[in-house]
Amino acid sequence: MARKKENAVIISQQMIAQDIYSMWIKTDAAKEAVPGQFISMYTNDGSRLLPRPISICEINRGEESLRVVYRVTGKNTGTELFSRMKAGDTIPVLGPLGNGFPYKETLGKRVFLMGGGIGVPPMLELAKQMDCEKKQIIMGYRNAETFLRDEFEKYGEVYVSTEDGSVGTRGNVMDAIRENQLEADMIYACGPTPMLRAIKDYAEKNNIVCYLSLEERMACGIGACLACVCQTKEKDHHSNVNNKRICKDGPVFLSTEVEI
Amino acid sequence: MDMRVNIAGVEWKNPVTVASGTFGSGAEFAEFVDLNRLGAVTTKGVANVPWAGNPTPRVAETYGGMMNAVGLQNPGIDVFRERDIPFLRQYDTKIIVNVCGRSVEDYCEVVERLADEDVDMLEINISCPNVKEGGIAFGQDPRAAEEITKAVKKYAAQPVIMKLSPNVTSISEMAKAVEAGGADAVSLINTITGMKIDIRRKTFLLANRTGGVSGPAIHPIAVRMVYEAANAVKVPVIGMGGIVSAEDAIEMILAGASAVSVGTANFYDPAVTVGIVNGIEDYMKEQGFETVADMTGIVK
Repeated sequence: MARKKENAVIISQQMIAQDIYSMWIKTDAAKEAVPGQFISMYTNDGSRLLPRPISICEINRGEESLRVVYRVTGKNTGTELFSRMKAGDTIPVLGPLGNGFPYKETLGKRVFLMGGGIGVPPMLELAKQMDCEKKQIIMGYRNAETFLRDEFEKYGEVYVSTEDGSVGTRGNVMDAIRENQLEADMIYACGPTPMLRAIKDYAEKNNIVCYLSLEERMACGIGACLACVCQTKEKDHHSNVNNKRICKDGPVFLSTEVEI
Repeated sequence: MDMRVNIAGVEWKNPVTVASGTFGSGAEFAEFVDLNRLGAVTTKGVANVPWAGNPTPRVAETYGGMMNAVGLQNPGIDVFRERDIPFLRQYDTKIIVNVCGRSVEDYCEVVERLADEDVDMLEINISCPNVKEGGIAFGQDPRAAEEITKAVKKYAAQPVIMKLSPNVTSISEMAKAVEAGGADAVSLINTITGMKIDIRRKTFLLANRTGGVSGPAIHPIAVRMVYEAANAVKVPVIGMGGIVSAEDAIEMILAGASAVSVGTANFYDPAVTVGIVNGIEDYMKEQGFETVADMTGIVK
């Protein structure tokens, strides 16, 4: 019973693309966080009670700080409230939550790190920490606002796809793989469900070990409310039905264990 | 000053429990809150066989609250008995098992199988708005509610709390019906049926289309219904619905609740219940109340 909701202090915040914000916070959650985990962020507005699950983009253990990069989902939303906060403000958070990407098995392997849209940010800390033979980072965006791209360049070969074709391959991340004739022994991916479905299909056809980070609407964020379940191939021990909890059993799953 | 309450012959160390479905069976919350501090833990509803629940999305935020249509996903009574009861027994708190079903037989089977288990009370959920059969079907018709209470009571070894729905014309009538059926206590309110539409995607936010609204937005409705029910029956009332603070809980007690359940607020802060227990204690000291029973229903 050692963990609790805490007031994190905002170190800095900036808009890095249309509706995309980058925030550094000082928080105890940084002490144990690993790539692929998330934190619950709460508004200070009592009319918006539920936590927003936001993936961790970067971890600075030394300074006990975390970076989150999130999308403002619309007018009068909780994420819009977050975007108006300034350095020095406090933001209630709980975390780190969920399980990160298992990435110790990548030594000597050719790897794809794939992110789509707001699924791009969690791949950054993973790209920093991963040790592998060939790190191929494939990022899918809507348009030329290829946020975080420069930061990824430091850690591997970056390939970009855009829906409007303004930068890189026109289309999605799968089109970028085909166009650049890329190959991998392992895949790590986060993004919208249609993208993950295509990657799961590709990985299974080619017998590639593939980890997917899933997303679903959550309430508690800690595995109690059973809101954010995903269908699984096998009956799991906790639910005794084919429903794993994304917040607690995930958000990272082997592609072969989930039905998406 | 004495925080203990007696609910149908079972002594809780304080009047605070958690609302079924918001707390699992306590295991996930144990990391964040000392379960020994709670008067009782009310478990997620359990049925005779595992239930897969509804498709996702199962939750949506609403102004001052949320909606859910989880659909009573649960692992079934076998896993519950092996895993959840022994887990909760490690703590010094009462165990209230919430029971759900699709037919009278389903409910009775679960209740019978709990008879020789080390649990303290049963809460019968006849008010879930999110499952088609069972659940709400029993909770909106006084005669059906009385009948199922009678049936369950035949098999129950522990005191039976009937959990009532607010989606009725007269909560007093429902409370009287289950009392007549032999209920040892009533708990209310379950969630209020609602609907939310995504205006961009032009469709329902929840896969189930409708869901149960909970959270502080519904608190005044819950207080009113607790008041009405408490004035209609002699059995104890466990009050719930939008409690997020000690003040909200005290309102419910003054309206007639002998104990309270905290639900949606657990999602806002997993340790919220402990603050509510402490806040009730502070209020009793400040106001000179010796017992919780001294406060119950004094607003007439």
